Amino acid sequence: MSVSFWIQLGLLVAAVGVTTPLLGGYMAKVYGNAEAPGDRVFLPVERLIYRICRVDPEREQRWTVYAFSVLAFSLVGILVLYAMQRLQTVLPMNPTAVPKVGEALSWNTAVSFVTNTNWQSYAGESTLSNFTQMTGLTVQNFVSAASGMAVMAALIRGLSRRRSRTIGNFWVDLVRSTLRILLPLMFVAGIVYVSQGVVQNFEGFTTVKTVEGRSQVIRQGPTASQEAAKMVGTNGGGFNNVNAANPLQNPTGFTDFFGLYLILMIPFALTFTYGKMVGDGRQGWVVFSVMLSFWLIAVIAAAAFETGGNPNLTRAGANQAVTSSQSGGNMEGKDIRNGPAECGLWAGSTTGTSNGATNCQHDSMTPLGGLVPMAHMKLGEVSPGGVGVGLNGLLILALLSVFIAGLMVGRTPEYMGKKIQASEVKLVVLYILAMPFAVLVGAGIAIVLPTVLNQSILNPGPHGLSEVLYAFASAGNNNGSAFAGITANTQFMNIALGVSMLIGRFFLIIPTLGIAGALARKDKVPPSAGTFPTGTPLFAGLVFGVTVIVAGLTFFPALALGPIVEHLSI
Amino acid sequence: MTTTMSPPSAPTPGAGSAEKVRKSTSMFDPSIMRRAIGDSFRKLNPRHLAKNPVMLVVEVGSVVTTLLFFRDLGRSSTQENVFAGLVAIFLWFTVLFANFAEAVAEGRGKAQAETLKKTRAETVARRRRADGSIEEVPGGELDVGDLCVVTAGELIPSDGDVVEGIASIDESAITGESAPVIREAGGDRSAVTGGTRVLSDEIVVRITARAGETFLDRMIALVEGSERQKTPNEIALNILLAGLTIIFTLATVSLQPFAIYSNAEQSIVVLVALLVCLIPTTIGGLLSAIGIAGMDRLVRRNVLAMSGRAVEAAGDVSTLLLDKTGTITYGARQAAEFRAVPGVTEAEVAEAAMLSSLADETPEGRSIVVLAEGEHQLSAREIVGGTLVPFTAQTRMSGVDFDGRSIRKGATDSVRKWVEDQGGVIPPELTAIVEAISGQGGTPLVVAEGSRALGVVYLKDTVKPGIAERFAELRLMGIRTVMITGDNPLTAAVIAKEAGVDDFLAEATPEDKMAYIKKEQAGGRLVAMTGDGTNDAPALAQADVGVAMNTGTQAAKEAGNMVDLDSDPTKLIDIVEIGKQLLITRGSLTTFSIANDVAKYFAIVPAMFIAAFPQLNQINIMNLASPRSAILSAVIFNALIIVILIPLALRGVKFVPSSAAALLRRNLLIYGAGGLIAPFVGIKLIDLAITALGVK
Repeated sequence: MSVSFWIQLGLLVAAVGVTTPLLGGYMAKVYGNAEAPGDRVFLPVERLIYRICRVDPEREQRWTVYAFSVLAFSLVGILVLYAMQRLQTVLPMNPTAVPKVGEALSWNTAVSFVTNTNWQSYAGESTLSNFTQMTGLTVQNFVSAASGMAVMAALIRGLSRRRSRTIGNFWVDLVRSTLRILLPLMFVAGIVYVSQGVVQNFEGFTTVKTVEGRSQVIRQGPTASQEAAKMVGTNGGGFNNVNAANPLQNPTGFTDFFGLYLILMIPFALTFTYGKMVGDGRQGWVVFSVMLSFWLIAVIAAAAFETGGNPNLTRAGANQAVTSSQSGGNMEGKDIRNGPAECGLWAGSTTGTSNGATNCQHDSMTPLGGLVPMAHMKLGEVSPGGVGVGLNGLLILALLSVFIAGLMVGRTPEYMGKKIQASEVKLVVLYILAMPFAVLVGAGIAIVLPTVLNQSILNPGPHGLSEVLYAFASAGNNNGSAFAGITANTQFMNIALGVSMLIGRFFLIIPTLGIAGALARKDKVPPSAGTFPTGTPLFAGLVFGVTVIVAGLTFFPALALGPIVEHLSI
Repeated sequence: MTTTMSPPSAPTPGAGSAEKVRKSTSMFDPSIMRRAIGDSFRKLNPRHLAKNPVMLVVEVGSVVTTLLFFRDLGRSSTQENVFAGLVAIFLWFTVLFANFAEAVAEGRGKAQAETLKKTRAETVARRRRADGSIEEVPGGELDVGDLCVVTAGELIPSDGDVVEGIASIDESAITGESAPVIREAGGDRSAVTGGTRVLSDEIVVRITARAGETFLDRMIALVEGSERQKTPNEIALNILLAGLTIIFTLATVSLQPFAIYSNAEQSIVVLVALLVCLIPTTIGGLLSAIGIAGMDRLVRRNVLAMSGRAVEAAGDVSTLLLDKTGTITYGARQAAEFRAVPGVTEAEVAEAAMLSSLADETPEGRSIVVLAEGEHQLSAREIVGGTLVPFTAQTRMSGVDFDGRSIRKGATDSVRKWVEDQGGVIPPELTAIVEAISGQGGTPLVVAEGSRALGVVYLKDTVKPGIAERFAELRLMGIRTVMITGDNPLTAAVIAKEAGVDDFLAEATPEDKMAYIKKEQAGGRLVAMTGDGTNDAPALAQADVGVAMNTGTQAAKEAGNMVDLDSDPTKLIDIVEIGKQLLITRGSLTTFSIANDVAKYFAIVPAMFIAAFPQLNQINIMNLASPRSAILSAVIFNALIIVILIPLALRGVKFVPSSAAALLRRNLLIYGAGGLIAPFVGIKLIDLAITALGVK
């Protein structure tokens, strides 16, 4: 791999390392009860919102009410987004006069954006109006991210409180996440994007003359704002079909780096928020290091497999070395500007963050290169995962690790002084069960249905299996990353993937809140030498191992029949 | 302040004679094994297995593969038939081995229960009516509050408190201890147990338990395991195991469509084999055996836990309330030092003290003789023709008059007066010595001969040897020790420092104890304590682990959740360790079981698809001979590992007192890393063996 890859990786780690304590500390104050920076600006706005929405910010919710609020808010989001797509012909701001979106696709897209998946079975430029993109998708880019963060705040409160019946107020967490964290960050990010030449206007199609003297139609629109929201909120749904491979969406080397940093920034910083809120910084860094390890392995592996080139071409004697005159490696499906190493960086980062943005075609990666993002998603989006939900996932895995190994120190397993007993284990099991259910059942049904075999799968054999597995892994993990190469915009796939996304979102959020509620009620056992240590490298290693084994045992056979066979066949 | 009577020589934990009696029935006694084999088949009843979801799945798998074997008999190739037959057989073995583990664990308790049941034989009670007349009624008809007269040679009809009289009682039926014990009316040694025999004298017992609810009944139910309920951690673990079973069922079931798509459809036998290998059968099969064996370990130490919950709580305990007397110290003060006033040698003081103590049979007196003999090589000689002056409450001193010498030792004031009466003077140095000893929490005994005050014997409460090390171990495990004593704070502080306890409660009243327990519990800590008196009962009930001494009152025994038949308060520490060991064994085998799956995948997955994708042989890293031998090896390993681990499950994982971090490191290495590696070796060896036997 090239030196520039390592430099970029180093810079990325350094940038994330610097902002984690700063941003993380700030966010801890946002979710805390004391004064927070910017109160003078934000508080009046918040109070106004609460008054309009008739929310009493002082009134905290039990976990059931909290969960009900999340569900109600999401349901309304899905209905509004669905209606908006079906009615975009009569709604304003439709410069390209796109027709109304079909039922199945509207359902899929509505669910996709509300669940923070941002799976796109459509090409944005040719399917959606500016109104739908801006007031529908971009809004969900904010609030779906904020919902995930709110749930995370509730879980942390569950771990840090004692003998409390409540875990916070969803509406307050939602408003504060949006107003104090996402909005300022996205605003700055949007400005940076615009400064780099990302399009931001209300035009529709523009016909331009190219240097070769031909004419080309370019779709313009409010791209920079959605790009900022898409990255900061780990959403991933691009304005254009080819996502970040489009030069108007990702014009420079800097934006390519900047985008990666934006998606990693909040999920990593939240680990510090966690350490701060539970009053033990080491706990946050343990989570940070587990996330960082997975992410590093993924990006380095994906970049290595891609720069290694296509084994068939190597055998044929082609020179695929990275040199100053050629980008080298496996160049299929990659923009010359980005190249294979950059593709690996993005593939690893966007699948670890439930972001799903791409700057290359994942379907065209080498079998092992494609295995990386697929397996990365199947870990359960914890490296570092989507904003809020990534931390939730890792904390649940930490609870699972504590329960499996905790008995080995001769005490009832404890995490953060909370005894992990039957009621928590039940919810942890539900959480752990939901994602494999959404992925394996969905893909298992799809792979033998004639409609899928005839309409969707274009590549027969192991690669076709990989494509279907990837699609359901992406939906079930609310990632939205597309392997592509299959026709996803069919009635069955739209509905089935939508269902997968719903399971992958709410059957994780509800148990998470249940756990938060159960833990909040408990007393805290004060730490002693007999306490299972959770702030140590050994525990980080344990969580890492449990995550790998649980995901590996669940998905290894399926992966063996897809990318592994494919790799061994070439 | 209540204390327990314990012999001056400290009972070393768990080494009572009762222990030896109990141990005679080994867990692997041939008669127990025979019965266990029979029970393993009886336990195949699905209604029994329904309590254990993991093994229920295996049993369903066994039935399915057996049916498929018979369906295909003669229709498929011989090799296929042999394969299906062997898979079916080893799946049945998997269930049987798990049942066997449970049956063996139960076996010893059942044998013991039968012995106990014999002592429960119907007795005739002599009930005393209100007018004082006696009527004979069957023991089973006694009601709570009835008064019964029991005379030497008779069995006590039911549990109760002695209200009149004193008697020596043979409690060996319950405790296994053959030496008789004294029970008397009033005080903290009034409790008697139904089924024990009065050896001498006559007592009147007030019955405290209804028929069928006596201590003996509870003990039988307990050792038999008939009322065994799953403990909280066991329930939680069962939920996790059920969850993992569902996940692996999903992975197995969804594999078939992927296989069909890949033109490599699998037979049901293979899918069942895969599923059984993946679900956590090792821990699922051993889980209940571990729990039963844990309770049994307590029974063998002569501790009866009234619930499994209490055993688990013992592992979680972070504060131990320990009675000073009997647990930390021997209970009697002992001579530690002789201090002489100027002009007198220590040897002279020692000699005088020894002479004055020759007739003193109290533990203090004997300890003076022992110290003098030991430190000053004085030999206790016969005193001929002298007059012994015994200790009385009036004189508060004792001594001897012989050969014209007159020696006294005793309380400072009394000896001072005796010396002054003979015209002597107490030197100020002596007063200084006395004050110094008092200041250190000791008891000074002044020794004088005639009008001369010689010096002082320093009596102190002697901390049992090794107890400080025990407390250091507990501290390492994160457990605080708190000494409870009726002594004044000064004395208590000295003992506390010497014994190395973390805290002490001096001049403790039952209310103080209760308050201390509540304070600890409010901080989220679990508390264990021992007690025997009626006034201990509320605290015993409040504590998370309350161990009542068998010598104690019925009220105390009712309030606690454990009873120590040996009445040895030191055993609390053992109980904590047994609780921890139980949890560690569960955790270790869970980790081992899950880690095992990795190797099984590497055996089975290539084997399943090698026909369709020969290139998958590259992940057949164990280089197993054929797909059939690979799958069969994994299934056989999965069954055999249960049998191999039965002794470990029953004995418990070796417990070394250390910090949680050290325990985790150690057990993760042995059972985590070991669990990853062991099956690779085991499956390979089995593959070599069955290939040699002709499986292709």
